[in-house]
Formats: sequence, structure tokens, C-alpha cells
Amino acid sequence: MRLEVDISSKAFTNAAGERQDVLRNIAFTLEPGEVGVFVGPSGCGKTTMLRILTGLDHDYQGRVLRPEPLRVGMVFQEPRLLPWRSVEENVRLAAPNADEPRLSALFDVLELSEHRAHFPGELSLGLARRVALARALAVDPDFLILDEPLASLDAALAARLLGQIATLLEGRTTMTLLVTHNLDDAVRLGDRLFLLSARPATILHAVPVAKPRSARSDADITEAKASLARLCVANG
Amino acid sequence: MRLLSVAVLVITWWTASLYVGNTRLPPPPEVLEAMLTEAKSGALFINLGATLARVALSFVLAMTLGTAIGYWMGRVRLADRLGDPWLILLLNLPALVVIVLAYIWAGLTEAAAIAAIAINKLPTAVVTLREGTRALDPALDEMAMIFAFPRGRAFRHVVLPQLAPYVAASARSGLALIWKIVLVAEYLGRPNGVGFEIGVAFQLFDIPLLLAYSLSFAVVVFVIETALVQPFEARLSRWRPRAA
Repeated sequence: MRLEVDISSKAFTNAAGERQDVLRNIAFTLEPGEVGVFVGPSGCGKTTMLRILTGLDHDYQGRVLRPEPLRVGMVFQEPRLLPWRSVEENVRLAAPNADEPRLSALFDVLELSEHRAHFPGELSLGLARRVALARALAVDPDFLILDEPLASLDAALAARLLGQIATLLEGRTTMTLLVTHNLDDAVRLGDRLFLLSARPATILHAVPVAKPRSARSDADITEAKASLARLCVANG
Repeated sequence: MRLLSVAVLVITWWTASLYVGNTRLPPPPEVLEAMLTEAKSGALFINLGATLARVALSFVLAMTLGTAIGYWMGRVRLADRLGDPWLILLLNLPALVVIVLAYIWAGLTEAAAIAAIAINKLPTAVVTLREGTRALDPALDEMAMIFAFPRGRAFRHVVLPQLAPYVAASARSGLALIWKIVLVAEYLGRPNGVGFEIGVAFQLFDIPLLLAYSLSFAVVVFVIETALVQPFEARLSRWRPRAA
């Protein structure tokens, strides 16, 4: 089981009737247990790519081979929780098959246990993000998509949440795709990094990270970040 | 506070009746007496019951159909295009025209009365629910699709809570509209109900009887609004952070 993506082009027609290319030659595969990270400038078309990968958008040139059946879990840029359902109901509605021990373990790791009965409107953004993460992981996904899950959180909180994500991915065979602006997050979590160009987005570099996640020292991360930054600068 | 405002109303009424004379505006005790006579004979309850049954039936009919059609028109563009001229026509058709036509075409029957009342309420329900459907959050729809919510679960937990305020608003204004129209429909072509009794009182110039029925009806409306509609609205919005 693996995800094979080969999008040769994706274009929109704007209100003025002009064709605008958004994606061009995006080809990669994602293996079970692997975390692929997409790093690219804002508005380059990452969200469009994710819509194609999740099957929401079929209007593109190329092909995406998704194993069937495929359980998808996604953390969106904004939490997208149902405001009229409690934290627990939000998770259970997405994952009706998740049993109580697994859910409580998940709530424990994400420090949500005492918020189960709260409504999303009563939560801070950081907490709501964690609920969204709990929901995505509760479905026991084959394919996990994290679309800038740490955006607009303060650095300390983002680091803690990143650590929690890494813990939760440990030993799973989930194919994970992380989209981020943050090189630090990319290098800490990713097994393979894809650098995207500006519109139309295409993969400029595919950079593997050799060491397994848990063995990466701070020095490794600094070095990987530096080389990544050099690539980014080279592409201006 | 509410009691005080009712008391002010009664006092104003009493004073006014002293000025204009008992025959034009009977004082409260006289109306109360008429009310008690009607209640003792049972006529008051039979007539109120008949009116309430008509209100309930036409309300349920209009709300169910209106919600379904409104949702459909909000979701499907073609349905919206096709339905819109009908909607404009129905919205602007006077209630009296609908009622008279219904009685002419379907006879002076219960079905004609209920259908006519429902048709009056239907277009406003459709319009409100269409707006509600258009305002549905596409981000939540996407979420439900990605997490593979089955259709029923998505409707119940994602769509319906978003429509609830629109359903509540439409129910609220619809009930008010139906309270008004039901009496006209009864007056014109039913052998019982509050509207019929008011018609009788009008022909006999029996003002105490007229006021007795009007007031009993107003009390029933008030009780239903406070005991049923308002708690229902409060329950629907319990997830919203309370305003300070």
C-alpha cells in the first residue's frame, strides 16, 4: 500500500476568463510509515494539491493512485470543529469505531482529557488544534494530512504539539503528509522534504532526511535546516 | 414585570370602556362573564381546540415542505432557477386570494382550509431555509467528506445544526403568520373555531363574546410562545457562548 501521485497540471479559470496554472509536474510517492513534508511559499498551490489528494477535486491532468479503501484523517489550517458538538462528540462522530481505551489514550497524550465535555467555542486555538489532531488520529488513518497544523500558535506551544504528533506517529504505518512554512517543523518531523516553487507549483527538490526521527539531535536539525535554507535561497 | 404590564392593559381598557360606553367597549368583568359562559358550555374549548388543530396541522405541513424545498433550492442551482418565479408569485399572493380560491376549488372543507393556511406560510419558510442553506459552511462540508461521514450523519450533525437558527426563525414568524390567517380561513368557511365564533359575534354585534374569544385566543398564543417556542430556541443555541 502506498500513495502514488503524478499531477502533470492543474489550472483554474479566473473570473476574467484567463487560465491560471496552479500546479505543474508534481510527482512523488509516499510509503506507509513515512512522513513527507511540503515546504513552499504562501499561495503556491499547496491547498489545491491537498484537495486533489483527498479526492475533493477531480479536475486535473495526471493521476493519483490511492489505495482503496483508504481511511483519511486531516488536520486543516483552521480546526474546523463542529461548534455545536462537544470535544468528545467531534472526535467520535469522525471515528465511530474508536473504542474508549484508545480515545482516552489519545486524549491523555494531547492533554485534552478534562476538555471532553467542552464545546469548541470554549477552547483556545491551541486546544482546538489539538482536538482537530485527536479527531484525525482517532480514525486510525492510513493517510494523515496535516495542513499547517501549527500555524499561529506561539513557538513553545507549537514545539510541544509537534512533539506530541511525533509521539503519536511512532510505530504507525500511516502515510503522513505535512504542509508547512516552518523549516524547523519540516526537519523535525519529516522523512522526506519536498521544496515547492511559487505558482505554478512544482517540486524543486526532494530532500531525504536520513536519520530516524527519534535519533535526530539538535545539531542534526540545525544542519539540515541550514542546507535546506541554502536550497531555498538558491531558488530565490 | 409582566404582571404589571398586563395590569396596566386591564386598567386602560376599563377606563376606556367608561369613556366610550359599555355597548362599544364592555368592561373586563362583562367579557370575563362571556368567557365563563362559553367555557361552561364547553364551546370555548371545542372552538379553541379546532383552531389549534388547524394551526398545528398547517404549521407542520408548511414547515416540513418549506424546509425540504428551501434546502433543495439552496443546494441545487437548477431547482433555484425553476422555483424562484413560483416563490415570488406565492410570496406576494394575498392570503385572502389563496383562501377564497382554495374554498372555490376544493369546497368548504377542512383540507381546503388547512392547505390554504399552509400555502400562505410555505413561501416564507422556503425563502428563509434557502438563505440558511446558502450560508452553510463549505469548510465543514469538506471536513465531513474527507472523514467519510455517511449522508445521514453529515445531515444530522453538520447541516441541521447550521440550519437550526433559520428553522427557528421561520417557525417563529410562521406561527405568528398562521395565528393571523387561521381566523380568516375559519371566518370564511368553517363551522367552528375561534374565527367562526368571531364571525357569529360580529353578525350579532355581541362585543363581549367577540372579545372573549379574541382574548382566550391571545392567551393560548402567549402560552404556546413562552412554554414551547422560546425554550426550544434556547435549547438549540445552548452551544453558543452566552452573551454577558
